[in-house]
Amino acid sequence: MHELSIAKNIIEIVKESVEEKDLSEVDKVVLKIGDLSGVVPASLLFSLEAITNNTELENAGYEVINVPFIVKCNTCGKESNNEAGIVRCTLCGSNDTGIISGNELLVSEIILKN
Amino acid sequence: MSVITVERKILAKNDEIAEQNRELLKQNDVFTINLVSSPGSGKTSLLEKTISLIGSKVNISVIEGDVQTSLDAERVANYNVPVVSIVTNGACHLEAKLVQDAINNLDLAKTELLFIENVGNLVCPAGFDLGEEMKIVVVSTTEGDDKPLKYPKMFRNSDVMIINKIDLIPYVNCDISKLKDNALLINPGLKIFEVSCTSGEGIKEWCNWLIENVKGKYIHQTQLVY
Repeated sequence: MHELSIAKNIIEIVKESVEEKDLSEVDKVVLKIGDLSGVVPASLLFSLEAITNNTELENAGYEVINVPFIVKCNTCGKESNNEAGIVRCTLCGSNDTGIISGNELLVSEIILKN
Repeated sequence: MSVITVERKILAKNDEIAEQNRELLKQNDVFTINLVSSPGSGKTSLLEKTISLIGSKVNISVIEGDVQTSLDAERVANYNVPVVSIVTNGACHLEAKLVQDAINNLDLAKTELLFIENVGNLVCPAGFDLGEEMKIVVVSTTEGDDKPLKYPKMFRNSDVMIINKIDLIPYVNCDISKLKDNALLINPGLKIFEVSCTSGEGIKEWCNWLIENVKGKYIHQTQLVY
């Protein structure tokens, strides 16, 4: 349940990014969560709701953009959408690969009502 | 409707404090290991074995993270090393701020090797940098050979994997070569040790590697003889 810590950090970032008088105007917070981030979106949304209950942010919604785990092979040059965490190239079997995406854990955008 | 573009890492605050910890530890020439595993894999037993073997050659300090009780800290303190206990009261992982407070209670000038024993959990501690030099993951044969595939982030973020309880291989359903293959699928650069904290097998090899990494900065070391 580290989602609760993550949720607290998200709310901190929102408070730092939006002027205090506009907090109740927050319509939606857009989050980017990678497949290898270790965060379960449903638990995170539950935690966000729980900690914003009875605050200026209680009516804010959240959108989670899932970022797939993608590996680029340095041997065959191709990208593959692997099962989370497996870095071996699924096309040529090489271990010489780099992770292109999947580790993301970001507050991307905050959308205000007005 | 207006849009504020943020694009900020959610754990940036934790990462910032972790970086301060790393800098402070580096200034004091402290080699720091964040020891992670499931509950019951043998992190504390590994610390006990390690300290009893090399505690007289290397100045070791320990930060013990536990959800509840200071039982592990008491176990380790029996080996006459400085121990700071962090009881998280329910939280499933250590964060950089907790470690920063703990570090302030240690004499870094008298510490060459710092172990941070994280809360037993293969999920949450993976995402929280504490300022360590490296994460070392302990996995025991009783947990089965599929752990790396089930918890890829932890095995991806570790530099070393220690397979504990190898004395139990005849009695448990664990194919150790499969366990290693699965771990290398996630992290091809992983350094692997096979040990038993009960029989002592493999502990010397692990300790030799450890001493080389701690002292390697200062001296060229041949294999230690115990």
